[in-house]
Amino acid sequence: MSTATAERTRPAVFAPWDDPDATPLIEFRGVTKRFGDFTAIDDLTLDIYAKEFFALLGPSGCGKTTMMRMLAGFETPTEGSIHLSGQDIGRVPPNRRAVNMMFQNYALFPHLSVWENIAFGLKREGREKGEIDERVTEMLRLTRLEKFARRKPHQISGGQRQRVALARSLAKAPKLLLLDEPLGALDKKLREETQFELMDIQEKTGTTFVIVTHDQEEAMTVASRVAVMDEGRIVQVATPPVIYEQPASLYVADFIGDVTIIEGTARRAEGGYTVEWAEGQPPLRVRSGLDLAEGARCHVAIRPEKVEIHRNRVEDDNVLKGTVIDIGYLGNLSTYHVRLADGRVVKAQNFNTERDTRQPFTWEDEVWINWTAGCGVLLER
Amino acid sequence: MRRLAVIALPYLWLLALFLVPFVIVLKISLSDIAVAIPPYTPTLDLSEGWAGIRDFLSGLDFENFVFLTQDDLYWRAYLSSVWIAFVSTLITLAIGYPIAYGMARAAPEWRPTLLMLVILPFWTSFLIRVYAWIGILSSDGILNRVLMDLWIIDAPLQILNSTNAVYVGIVYTYLPFMVLPIYATLEKMDDALLEAAEDLGASRLGAFWLVTWPLSRGGVVAGCFLVFIPAIGEFVIPSLLGGSDTLMIGKVLWEEFFSNRDWPVASAVAIILLLILIVPIVLFQRNEQKQREREG
Amino acid sequence: MNRFSWFNATSLTLGFAFLYLPMVILVIYSFNASQLVTVWGGFSTRWYGELLRDEAFLDAAWVTVRVAVLSSTLATVLGTLAALTLVRMGRFRGRTLFSGMIYAPLVMPEVITGLSLLLLFIGIGLDRGIFTVVLAHTTFSMCYVSVVVSSRLATFDRALEEAALDLGCTPAQAFRLVTLPIIAPAVISGWLLAFTLSLDDLVIASFTTGPSATTLPIKIFSAVRLGVSPQINALSTILIGMVAIGVIAASLATKRRAVLAERDTRAAERAEG
Repeated sequence: MSTATAERTRPAVFAPWDDPDATPLIEFRGVTKRFGDFTAIDDLTLDIYAKEFFALLGPSGCGKTTMMRMLAGFETPTEGSIHLSGQDIGRVPPNRRAVNMMFQNYALFPHLSVWENIAFGLKREGREKGEIDERVTEMLRLTRLEKFARRKPHQISGGQRQRVALARSLAKAPKLLLLDEPLGALDKKLREETQFELMDIQEKTGTTFVIVTHDQEEAMTVASRVAVMDEGRIVQVATPPVIYEQPASLYVADFIGDVTIIEGTARRAEGGYTVEWAEGQPPLRVRSGLDLAEGARCHVAIRPEKVEIHRNRVEDDNVLKGTVIDIGYLGNLSTYHVRLADGRVVKAQNFNTERDTRQPFTWEDEVWINWTAGCGVLLER
Repeated sequence: MRRLAVIALPYLWLLALFLVPFVIVLKISLSDIAVAIPPYTPTLDLSEGWAGIRDFLSGLDFENFVFLTQDDLYWRAYLSSVWIAFVSTLITLAIGYPIAYGMARAAPEWRPTLLMLVILPFWTSFLIRVYAWIGILSSDGILNRVLMDLWIIDAPLQILNSTNAVYVGIVYTYLPFMVLPIYATLEKMDDALLEAAEDLGASRLGAFWLVTWPLSRGGVVAGCFLVFIPAIGEFVIPSLLGGSDTLMIGKVLWEEFFSNRDWPVASAVAIILLLILIVPIVLFQRNEQKQREREG
Repeated sequence: MNRFSWFNATSLTLGFAFLYLPMVILVIYSFNASQLVTVWGGFSTRWYGELLRDEAFLDAAWVTVRVAVLSSTLATVLGTLAALTLVRMGRFRGRTLFSGMIYAPLVMPEVITGLSLLLLFIGIGLDRGIFTVVLAHTTFSMCYVSVVVSSRLATFDRALEEAALDLGCTPAQAFRLVTLPIIAPAVISGWLLAFTLSLDDLVIASFTTGPSATTLPIKIFSAVRLGVSPQINALSTILIGMVAIGVIAASLATKRRAVLAERDTRAAERAEG
């Protein structure tokens, strides 16, 4: 599946979070969850809308799994309430919720066949046999598993198991599907293919997906919105481009993608600030709408692909001189680690647009790096 | 050379002290009782060469096995052994499963201690563990006195020297054999499977019957065979706790040998007992094989 | 989720009460002054004194210990070799028969094992006594040892042995310096198992012993056939006490080792980071 198809599944108009009249499907209202002295979730408020593909992103122990387990009903909030379609579900047991979950490592029943695994939830609803047959067949077709219906989980591949787990959790047509690290057990190539497949299935079924992951690339690829979490709090909720280009804090900037961070003192200037950061170096110019006090401590975050690297000095908002100390060659691009006069290292990326096995720069080369005032991000904390 | 020595030593030992004795039992079961030393005929006399072997072979017959079918004591003893072992196995399962289940659901830091508590009785003398019940079950024993003090019964129950006491003895001594394999399968089970069942709409009890129970079946089957197989040939428990009407084949064999000194019949009893045991042993092996395949 | 339910707690409590109450009662009544075993006549250690003065019991205990030490040691050597044969020697002629002979004694009723060995000893004209009991015990307990050791050997990483060979060991040195120390815990538990089985055995010893060598289980059995005896209560308490101390000491030692190992690992990590 190509990126072009993926683009098609993301119509630009889908943004219910910007619509003040839209009613969210899920509402977290001041939710806190404690285990003994440990606070896993700290006074969290969040809305998720119908048909969203919502990602909870963060390192292990940040509380994202606890949030998901509260949605599934395996944990109850210590304080606050969780609403699903306007109904408080805080105390509803997992077997009475219109919510299903795709478990990490899938939790397929080893003693049941693929068919029986998918039919498990339908049988619990006491549906008629014909109806169950029809629905299971539909699910098998959706996940391209028709040929494996009679096999046991240990007789199929990892990728197929992943699809069985997805089919099983979708069979009951839940209002909300939770996916706990759904692609974590797959190798890189299969994982990338499956990401697009997941998006496609989400589109076809119109189900709201909430995915938990620690893999930022995965979250950015599949999600309509990403919530970045840290120590039981949500640090930022936004669409992937906003998360990447306008991180709300140092933590988000650092967690998502590659970044160089320079600390300094802010001075007001036209359209933003200048940041003094080292003796004998020109101050950095940053465009920003942030309201900082004169002389406040602040940080400038610069993505490596926004930094150009040249052999000679060029005119730009920010121009610095340095020495190449490390080169990471990735095929399509190269990352240069450039050491400045004060010892600080700034990363710069160059696309390898020409088919040339020799690199334009090599170790110990004297180079100039530059970026425009709009490319750096000014951060308070 | 070294390879040969490693193999040969245990191999020869087992040939001499396991296989040869077994062949002797088979041979004596086909012989006749005699007032002599050893108390059976024929005996193999190799000094007479081929004629000796021919005489020897012609002296063997299935007379003892025919005798076993004629005297109803024997087949009743076999049946009763199998029945007692079967009932005891079911009771042991009913008591052992909840224990194994409780252990598997206890906090992980408690599990080694609980496991040790289950294994500990296994290290203490089997004989003493059976003996402990004599003082409890006898007519003036502790159980009867407690029940009478509580006004539950007026007259002491006659439990000791009855088949019920044998059930108690077998369940008590073999309980760890039931608990351990079941615990092993339950402990390995992924909790996420139960959560998945609940997530898909099963109640707690439903999740138990649809997921936990079928997945622990391997352990249950193993535990049942580990109790059933040795219980059939049990001697100590029926002779200490059982009554005169408790028929078990291990006891019959013992008496045939030590009291009646009828070695050929005792050997025939042993051979039939082994034939009876082959069925559950083969089934047990197949279950183990299946377990291993499922895991590997 | 709260997994440990009220039902779990109850079944564990009742289960362990069932397992341990009979032994606790036995221990309590061993300190009963009364001759009548079911009536409490005050605390006394009288039966322990009588037991220790009873020559027949002391003799039987001594016979039993000698048999157990000899047979378990022999069984450990043979059982370990058998485990190596099963796990390491690949295919050889008669392997099926061999593994059959290893597993069969585990499920063979004791009366049959005892009977067959007795018939063998009579057949070859061996005088019955301590020696024949040792032979008999070694035979069935070596099978238990080999099961314990082979399950450890099956999970043993052969790359360790290959590393030893790569670093210049002969195969024999690799076994002695690498394999044996690693499987040692399994070999030791095999020995303990064989020792306990031998201490415990009544049926096979009854068949294979002669009038000169009465083991403790045989003595206990003939005493308790007639009912409860306070002396046997005292003896049982001593045996239960020894096992309890042994097992608890062993588990404490294991725990201590685990704690120390963890502390070392943490110290090493701290030193590195």
